[in-house]
Amino acid sequence: MWRDSVLVAGKDLRIELRSRVVLNQVAPFSLVVLVLFAFTLGPSRAPMAKAAPGLFWVTVLFAAVLAVQRSVSLESSEARDGLRLSGLDPAGVFLGKAMALMAELVVLEVLLGAGVVLFYGVHVRSALDLVAACVAGTVGLAAAGTLYGALAGGLRVRETLLPFLLLPVAAPVLLAGTRAWQAALGTAAGGAGDPWLRLLCVFAAVYVALGVVIFGPILEAS
Amino acid sequence: MSTPVAAWSRRRAWTVRAVGIAALVSLAATVWLGIWVTPPDQVQHDLVRLVYIHPPIAWVALYLAFGIGALGSVLWLWRRTRSPFWDRLASASIEVGTVFTALTLVTGSIWGRPTWGVWWAWDARLTSTALLLVMELGYLALRRVPGDPEARARRCAVAAIIAAVDVPIVHFSVVWWRTLHQGATVLNANLSPTIHGSMAWTLLLGFVAVTLVFVWMLLVRLRIETLEQALEGAELDEALQERWAEGDTEAALASPAGVGEP
Amino acid sequence: MWPLAMAPAVLFRAAVALAGRFPALAGVDLVVAPGEVVVLEGANGAGKTSLLRACAGLLPVTQGEAVVLGCDLRRDRAGVRRLVGLLGHDATLYDDLTVAENVRFAVRAGEGGRAGRGSDADDRIAAALERLGLTGRLARTPAGRLSAGQRRRTVLASLVARRPQLWLLDEPHAAFDAEGRRVVDAVVRDAAAGGAAVVLASHEHEVSSALADRVVSMAGGRVVAQASTAPAAAVSPDDVTATATPTAVTGSGHVA
Repeated sequence: MWRDSVLVAGKDLRIELRSRVVLNQVAPFSLVVLVLFAFTLGPSRAPMAKAAPGLFWVTVLFAAVLAVQRSVSLESSEARDGLRLSGLDPAGVFLGKAMALMAELVVLEVLLGAGVVLFYGVHVRSALDLVAACVAGTVGLAAAGTLYGALAGGLRVRETLLPFLLLPVAAPVLLAGTRAWQAALGTAAGGAGDPWLRLLCVFAAVYVALGVVIFGPILEAS
Repeated sequence: MSTPVAAWSRRRAWTVRAVGIAALVSLAATVWLGIWVTPPDQVQHDLVRLVYIHPPIAWVALYLAFGIGALGSVLWLWRRTRSPFWDRLASASIEVGTVFTALTLVTGSIWGRPTWGVWWAWDARLTSTALLLVMELGYLALRRVPGDPEARARRCAVAAIIAAVDVPIVHFSVVWWRTLHQGATVLNANLSPTIHGSMAWTLLLGFVAVTLVFVWMLLVRLRIETLEQALEGAELDEALQERWAEGDTEAALASPAGVGEP
Repeated sequence: MWPLAMAPAVLFRAAVALAGRFPALAGVDLVVAPGEVVVLEGANGAGKTSLLRACAGLLPVTQGEAVVLGCDLRRDRAGVRRLVGLLGHDATLYDDLTVAENVRFAVRAGEGGRAGRGSDADDRIAAALERLGLTGRLARTPAGRLSAGQRRRTVLASLVARRPQLWLLDEPHAAFDAEGRRVVDAVVRDAAAGGAAVVLASHEHEVSSALADRVVSMAGGRVVAQASTAPAAAVSPDDVTATATPTAVTGSGHVA
């Protein structure tokens, strides 16, 4: 299973390096979203700084949807046949695609994080907490995204169905990530970021485990 | 090859009818008790009467309907117990459950308006119920996608399980938010300190009534699904016949061309 | 009577497979022995592609019996996939990866944990690419830029490198020129000589019957005629099992 996952992750990342879709399209998109949010919140920095954690995570979520769409579209319907025919362990395929997705999302988040600090003028109180929250949240997003991506993958209505399916399920990540970041940036209304970080870890663990178990049937259903 | 469309046995038809009647009667009794017999609350006045149906509806929507949906999905996916019945049960349960979830939101909103002053408040229960509703709508959307019935069943079963796993997570995360909702008094014991006397009995009756309504709707919906699948089986027989006819025509037309002598 | 020294590579009996609600296969009976080359003939829509896909475990068989390489397709479709190689209508490749990378991925994926075959795999890949004429600059071209013929050659190369026990080829001569077809024929013959069973679907009558041990005609999702070009060969499932079940073997089942 691990060997297969490394193989698939390598393949996905190699394709990304060649085609640079995430880097050239999804990243600029997220930055544009950040800028647009800044427009709505007005020129003064105070409301922006306050809303920054939430905006960061919302933007990450939208970018994740795009990244998942891209990850799924790599396997066109013929390639899905090929994937099933290859004899790869489905759990390995899941982990591989999720790992590749996670790598792409992490790069995006570094960019977005820098953008947030730059544009919204926030003060970082504890960078470690920020990073921890990002990592945990991203693992969960990548896992859930890969799952739903494969589920909706073969369908013609995939583009519209995928966000509809993924976003409600990812809501806890949005919530917990925002709270964790608020705590790390020192703008939290009340309460430490710890319980939220734990929630992110639980979400990630649950969805990775679920994906490993259930990806086989999903691949069959396309 | 496939089983003929089974006529609904008289006994089964009558059972379902009986459930329906019981549901209607108990619901009527609840309404009567709730509106005319029980006293109004000191703080909430007449609005408290919603307590006789709102928590039962919420309970049915989340635990009963979605629970059956998730359970049916697991049983379908697991090879040893796989049978089309579980897929039908899960789908029917979630479909009916969606209605109940929407009703939960509506009754909760109505209840909240005078109490909280707003039609919608971002409290824990309402928010997680709203998310549940969206997840159920997603399930229904998946169900409507045309295609191979087995693939569809598999997709929906997986979607239901993913959503079911998410429900407790959503619940806890939203509860850690500020919550305006009443505590879990209603779900603990019927005779908890905050609700007693005739109110408690009415509440119990409310639970029974709403559950019966759900069960009845579920049975009817199941029946429709069964009929639909039997229809598909009959269509398959027809399709096979047509295919064979087409094959025989082609074989007659095609010349052996020296490949193999009959 | 056919010596039952080896189990058949493919055994289908009254197999029905559905694509959505349409019965793509409406009761197929077929036996293929290892090392045998079987050609499927028939008009468009007769079920040739569906039969190939069913053998690869991609199309679920809902009725009847279907055993491929010892795997019961009705129970476990996925288990058979590593053992077969399919060349479909569309070449299943990753457009952004080069020819060589695509073949390497397919081979590595098919190894499934037999890690000790590392260097051997590389040799096989190189040999396969050379065999199919995919060398030099061509090997380094991303698959998205290839012509249809080159794409099919790439998939064929990954089959040659993987050496599956059952080859399923859908119109292998399509998109190839005369030289390419010679290469395909040679590849098929080598595969059969190596003990693999080969089932290929073809429209092109003269070319494929030269290659075939047996020609099977399909229509309406069933096998309607078979003719063998080799002497003693079993042609119907009834020969394989002891009990002659009175299944409706074919509508107009003619056995040479």
